[in-house]
Amino acid sequence: MTGTYLGMPAFPDAAREAVRDEVLRANLRHATHTIRDKRARAVAELEDWDRLRAAGKAVKDHTLAHLDRYLLQLEAAVTAAGGTVHWAADADEANRIVTELVRATGEREVVKVKSMATQEIGLNEALEAAGIAAYETDLAELIVQLGHDRPSHILVPAIHRNRGEIRDIFAAEMGDWGRPAPEGLGDDPRELAEAARLHLREKFLRAKVAVSGANFMVAETGTLVVFESEGNGRMCLTLPETLISVVGIEKVIPTFRDLEIFLQTLPRSSTAERMNPYTTMWTGTADGDGPSVFHLVLLDNGRTDTLADEVGRQALRCIRCSACLNVCPVYERAGGHAYGSVYPGPIGAILSPQLRGTGSEIDATLPYASTLCGACYEVCPVAIDIPEVLVHLRERVVQGGPVTREGIRVRIRPADGHTAERAAMRAARLLLDRPDALRAGERLLARARRLRPRRLPGPGRAWTDSRELPELPERSFRDWWAAREKAAREKGARP
Amino acid sequence: MRVALFVTCVNDALYPRTGIAVVRLLERLGVTVDFPDAQSCCGQPQYNTGYRREAEPLVRRTAEAFAGYEYVVTPSGSCAAMVRSHYPRIGRAAESEGRGPALAALAEDLAPRVYELTEFLVDVLGVTDVGAYFPHTVTYHPSCHGLRGLGLGDRPRRLLAAVRGLELRELPGAEECCGFGGTFAVKNPDVSAAMGTDKTAHALSTGAEVLCGADNSCLAHLDGILRRQGAPLRALHLAEILAATEEEPLV
Repeated sequence: MTGTYLGMPAFPDAAREAVRDEVLRANLRHATHTIRDKRARAVAELEDWDRLRAAGKAVKDHTLAHLDRYLLQLEAAVTAAGGTVHWAADADEANRIVTELVRATGEREVVKVKSMATQEIGLNEALEAAGIAAYETDLAELIVQLGHDRPSHILVPAIHRNRGEIRDIFAAEMGDWGRPAPEGLGDDPRELAEAARLHLREKFLRAKVAVSGANFMVAETGTLVVFESEGNGRMCLTLPETLISVVGIEKVIPTFRDLEIFLQTLPRSSTAERMNPYTTMWTGTADGDGPSVFHLVLLDNGRTDTLADEVGRQALRCIRCSACLNVCPVYERAGGHAYGSVYPGPIGAILSPQLRGTGSEIDATLPYASTLCGACYEVCPVAIDIPEVLVHLRERVVQGGPVTREGIRVRIRPADGHTAERAAMRAARLLLDRPDALRAGERLLARARRLRPRRLPGPGRAWTDSRELPELPERSFRDWWAAREKAAREKGARP
Repeated sequence: MRVALFVTCVNDALYPRTGIAVVRLLERLGVTVDFPDAQSCCGQPQYNTGYRREAEPLVRRTAEAFAGYEYVVTPSGSCAAMVRSHYPRIGRAAESEGRGPALAALAEDLAPRVYELTEFLVDVLGVTDVGAYFPHTVTYHPSCHGLRGLGLGDRPRRLLAAVRGLELRELPGAEECCGFGGTFAVKNPDVSAAMGTDKTAHALSTGAEVLCGADNSCLAHLDGILRRQGAPLRALHLAEILAATEEEPLV
């Protein structure tokens, strides 16, 4: 996706570094557990949660099944309301469209409301290359941007930073981007928030162009919706003259009424709030109120190909709440950066290898970045069966098979590096498919039990590096049973 | 009542004591146990690692081995969940790809007949007090596939709570995965070990003598960490605790 993610190491290698970082692990553990517990309480308050979850899933599935129709309806509604719709097949096209739109205004800077779609396509870097400065205004995004860092969480991009680190970033970097941090800035959250507020206020009042994403687009009315917590996004959506929204095509829903479901499930799933603090909706343009020019860039970038996959397409139901990240034990230890994408955690592990393909090492290892414990599926407000998709993508990695790429059905080859594993799986299957051979193998194992090594060679070393091997029994269950049956027959107890 | 024991490959080869305990326990409760010799592995390691086609012959083998039994009982939540949740899907996919004739019907026939041990005891036999005696402090780790895959709920804890002499201590963070995850333990060893170490630390914090679970693969991982640490806590399968009585204690 973005240049910053190129050349990412495989997940296990990236995760190894993260697991060793004690500060990072403590930051992640504290943050995920706090929000996880709060979410559970907020969800438990609603008696009809299961029905809301099923309704959200149904609305999304229905829309995806008729995506062409709803996107055309959306385009007509946005146009009728005074907006202009652009279609972008991939990241390059979307970046080119946005860059040209900004250039046409004559401006050299834009303010941004937190948008995962623009991170996905690397818009900030593309704008920078065109001599346009993009300022993130979401507090956590600001911390990430000032820190020359990458987001590590969908909802809390700076989850991996503690307040001491944030103070240092503000003090060192704010001056280079605009209003510097106040002298003698401390690490009290209020002081930090005030420093960010003063820094950003200057940007809001000056900006003529804003770039946003959207959580939902309503086909019926052409309305776009952003959920945010700070009100900074609302500044971007109301003050500038030109608003450019870059949104993934899967964010469309049919009717305004459908929002009632997500207005309940999204805040509770993400921030554990009953109601979202700032929900901003805009429909085209209106005289004397808000931006006078509105552009909507509809982004595909692998989504139509993902939609072609019967199992994997459910990932497109995602409403980016991040509940799966907060409950995932692997995310909790590995952190978001290890996933090598703007979409980390369980949803990232199924979304990135579909949007980008499984060709790179990081994308081929992401489907294995899970124990399949199922906690992500349990909390997902649109019931994405993440473990099911993970296993489906694992199959694609090791066995290859048919996929859709740029609208064409192609058969991909297995990813490299699985030859030995494939041979082992086949050997195991052949052994397990012959109980007599299995019995012989078990007897051999039992006879060699005193030779059991403390450390295994090869892939087995990964087990014995931190764990003892199980003691080997004197005989298998199968042999115990056979001996018992024989004894019973001799006594005449069994026919 | 006659049931088939699906002992699972891990228990057959590495933990025969668990299988033996299930036989003792069920026979004590008046159930006749068969062990169909043609069984081997449910195919979960292959399927979960992405080798679905390698799992297909094992799905067929398992389904055929247990044909004709009304109840198939297994001391593994993970293998039970594999059969119940994934077998029909594997069968349908094989057939749609032109392999495995009638595999879908075989798999769908077996799926509802497979019971995890605690489900069988509580739901089918209708018992929670199985007459066991185990005078020790115990903490229980509900493995993910039993907890979320099968929805075992409080069945295991109810069975443990009815064991005479047993003091059950709540495990902090019980519902979190132990980090085993089949080939995950080898493919992502650092995260796996970190998760396992947190789990054993929680178990040790209870001061219990025994860490009990209903899946020996998770327990092999946790026990391996505990023994490497030299920790004063042993991992034990639930079936072995339920099989123990005053007359025939666990040895």
